[in-house]
Amino acid sequence: MLEYTPDRRPTGGLRLPAHKEASVAQPIARGFVPRTLILALQQHQGPATTPVVSPGDRVLKGQVVARARALRSAAVHASTSGHVRTIEDRLVPSVHAVHRTRCIVIDTDGKDEPLPPGKGARWPQDPERQLKRIRDGGIVGLGGGVFPTAEKLGAHTPCKALIINGVECEPYISCDDVLMREEAEGIIDGALIMRDILSAPECIVAIERDKPQAIEAILEAGRASGDASLKLADIPTIYPTGGERQLVEMLTGEEVPSTHYPSEIGYICQNVGTAFALHRLVRAGQPLLSRIVTVAGDGVARPQNVDTPIGTPIGELIEFCGGYRGEVDRLILGGSMMGYALPNDEMPITKGGNCIIVAARSEVRQDFSERYCIRCGNCGTACPARLLPQELLRAARSDDHEMLDEFGLTDCIECGCCDVICPSQIPLTEVFRNAKFAHARYQRQHVFSAETQQRYRRHQERQRADARRGKDLQDNLRHEVETDEAARQRAIEAAIKRARQRRSHDADQD
Amino acid sequence: MLIGTVVLAGLALGLCAVLVLTDRLLPAGKDPVTDRIESLLPRIQCAQCGYAGCRPYARAIAAGEADINRCPPGGEETVRQLAELLGREAVALDTTLGSANMNRVARIDEHNCIGCNRCVPVCPVDAIVGVQQTIHAVIAAHCTGCELCLAHCPVDCIDLVARDA
Amino acid sequence: MKFAVAPGPHTAPIASVPLTMRRVLYALTPAALAHVWFFGSGFAINFFVAAVTALVAEAAVLMLRRRPTRVPLRDGSAIVTAALLAFAIPPLTPWWIPAFGAATAIVVAKHMYGGLGRNLFNPAMVGYVVLLVSFPAELTQWIPPRMGDLDYEHLGFLAHLVYSLTGTLPPDFTIDALTRATPLDLVKEGLRSAQTYTEIRAGSLFGGVAGRGWEWINSFIALGGLYLLYTGTIRWHIPIMLLAGLLVPATLLWLIDADSFATPGFHLFSGATLLGAFFIATDPVSAAESDRGRLIYGAGIGLLTYCIRTWGGYPDGMAFSVLLMNSAVPLIDRYTRPRIYGRD
Repeated sequence: MLEYTPDRRPTGGLRLPAHKEASVAQPIARGFVPRTLILALQQHQGPATTPVVSPGDRVLKGQVVARARALRSAAVHASTSGHVRTIEDRLVPSVHAVHRTRCIVIDTDGKDEPLPPGKGARWPQDPERQLKRIRDGGIVGLGGGVFPTAEKLGAHTPCKALIINGVECEPYISCDDVLMREEAEGIIDGALIMRDILSAPECIVAIERDKPQAIEAILEAGRASGDASLKLADIPTIYPTGGERQLVEMLTGEEVPSTHYPSEIGYICQNVGTAFALHRLVRAGQPLLSRIVTVAGDGVARPQNVDTPIGTPIGELIEFCGGYRGEVDRLILGGSMMGYALPNDEMPITKGGNCIIVAARSEVRQDFSERYCIRCGNCGTACPARLLPQELLRAARSDDHEMLDEFGLTDCIECGCCDVICPSQIPLTEVFRNAKFAHARYQRQHVFSAETQQRYRRHQERQRADARRGKDLQDNLRHEVETDEAARQRAIEAAIKRARQRRSHDADQD
Repeated sequence: MLIGTVVLAGLALGLCAVLVLTDRLLPAGKDPVTDRIESLLPRIQCAQCGYAGCRPYARAIAAGEADINRCPPGGEETVRQLAELLGREAVALDTTLGSANMNRVARIDEHNCIGCNRCVPVCPVDAIVGVQQTIHAVIAAHCTGCELCLAHCPVDCIDLVARDA
Repeated sequence: MKFAVAPGPHTAPIASVPLTMRRVLYALTPAALAHVWFFGSGFAINFFVAAVTALVAEAAVLMLRRRPTRVPLRDGSAIVTAALLAFAIPPLTPWWIPAFGAATAIVVAKHMYGGLGRNLFNPAMVGYVVLLVSFPAELTQWIPPRMGDLDYEHLGFLAHLVYSLTGTLPPDFTIDALTRATPLDLVKEGLRSAQTYTEIRAGSLFGGVAGRGWEWINSFIALGGLYLLYTGTIRWHIPIMLLAGLLVPATLLWLIDADSFATPGFHLFSGATLLGAFFIATDPVSAAESDRGRLIYGAGIGLLTYCIRTWGGYPDGMAFSVLLMNSAVPLIDRYTRPRIYGRD
């Protein structure tokens, strides 16, 4: 396995305090079985799944409880055994915010009884059936984006390279790091399975330089596999190099066009956790039942990484880690940059839940007093999308949508770099997040107006053409009739004939 | 003194030449003022301003023939934007013109429609479909709520309803 | 359990305006002490007067504009403006000179444009230029540095204060006896009257590379500048390009004709070169916003400064160059916008 350092420097970004020491010091805690499971029917980007169990049913570990009907979907499984208590709407964390969705609530019985191994456990050869198996295995992108993996692997653009993302640049999150340390062979195996599905010529595992143990483990596993298409890129420790677009630029020098996915220019990015989940599905026939979740922060007794069954209520997970410690200020799902604060700990860990920060007062932003922009430009320097946040701020605050377009509001990835570096504590990310809603509405309106204008033009042209044609016909007729007696007779006969025809036609109809 | 005069005169002449040349050589926009005014209007073609559509109204504004407060669907916001663009004083919207607004769409009451086909040709954006003797319908996604069809219905079966978000 | 929510990002900010301003003031301290050492207490008095005036003016304008006063008064930006102004004006000068300069800087250059963050021009330089144009006599009365072998009549702190407040000197002192031309003046006048640069350099006011005393103050300013670079308070684009814009033509012309053009070292350590490069041109508010723009902006200031010094009517041109380039900033910004990721 070739190890190399990309010779490009990332655009923008920040060096941030990592806050990962506490959680990586412990091995992954395994064997945790919660008392309740809350399984949301929509844990991925795409249409919701359809439940196939009813309240009262006993379910076993690994049993499908909701089926993927649509292509861009992924099944949901019971992550341990128990009884279905109810199916109801609950607040569940999704990618950018909490949303209300239908959930299957299961009271577990603590037996963790698995489904007996069924038939058809062999991995199919046909790509279509492979993708279906992945969909039915409930596998989605575990990096946080929860994009259905089958959808991504079924991309139509020929793949130039498969990128396995182990960068994990955001503060606090360490689930990928520990997974790479402990399950490197599985990750490499999963990566090679993906590479075969995509028929990608090369497979690059990207890891940040501050994870030497993970790099070592992956290198060893890569060498053991003896595959020549595998490469390992060590990436400078700069947030947000782990973002798909940033990573593609860093590794290949190519930029993903504004309105496209990386897969559309031939680069498929998959998280290391996803690769491992695929390995489990293919080699052990086990669907996605659990994921590694980092429990971090000064407000939890034992910060560590936990192999958490999907659907575990966050409160139970924190209980498993020794419970709350001291005064907890905020509960954050995700990292401290792109994560968001949860209103309570009753919500479940979904497939995308990579990290829970139980934050004490001292470790999160408290000062929300905003000053005036001094145009220092540090925001622009830190922006990985090369935007000028100060100009965007001005445009957003004055609702100038043309300027928002020009300065690229929609290209903002909401990484939060500008916000953190701003000496005036301007909540740039929040302003942009809100402005995006207003801007989308404006763009819809704009498109509607332009289309309406088009339709109006066509309508007018047609009316004008009709009027012209009608007038021409009448003029000709009148001219003939007025000048020629024979033509006059012909016209009268023709009219009588038409009337007769219509009458007999009507009679036929009756 | 003499040198100064010559230099300044030369400068003035040179700059004049540059201005004239750029004016001649660079392609001029096709009536950009009308285009820009039109782009500020809601372009729903309701004709409540008294002109045949948004473009004629824009042309009239550009020519200084029409006031900028004659667009009910655009509301005060459009008046403000037009005033800003043209450097005119913002005036109050003329509320006597009508009440068309883009939050509503026309809907044909199918029980009462007699299929007379009178509303179809008057829709400025071809949002009404139907042939004679059949019940007509409004394509809500295309309807701008301009109210032009209302007056042409002999049985008064067209209503304006809230547009679904 | 329920929790309070707050918008992300949750990482605490790693920079603040007051911290930036404090760092600028720290960075200026060694040079200020050197200034006092070489030119007497005048600098301290001027700085004090300018700072008090700046703060009072700021408070007054904020109150007139019905804006909150607490935060802007505490951010230290007015003090930085006062410090830069105190470096620019001669040490021995009546009190109303720094007061007028500071008031102009704050009221006209800053608040009339909308307050901190909106001013098009660098406030300290506007204050200085207004003084320079309005009171040329007072602004050219520089005293020579306190060096052992110079026949310099030394004024104590009290005498400085009395002159500043009342305009009277102690008996036996005359203003003409106390003041000397600055090295930049001497070079300009000398070259104009057909002396060679080497002849001018032989004068007693000149040291190793530039004016005596001046070279030391400017070295301390450079030191402060390096501190700002090290702490990330300023970035390298403007200072490096400003110095390049000044030194490249200076070196070329000096190589061509060493008799009629000053050495690059003289340009580097004279007047406001280093203060301008590290402290004045780097004022973020009035500088270009993108890195590429800042390269152009810095180079433009350096080049203009060299032109004004060499061919213009004033011995130093930093203030004018900064203001001229300030006015070019909107244009520079327009043409140096970075290409957005993933767009053509």
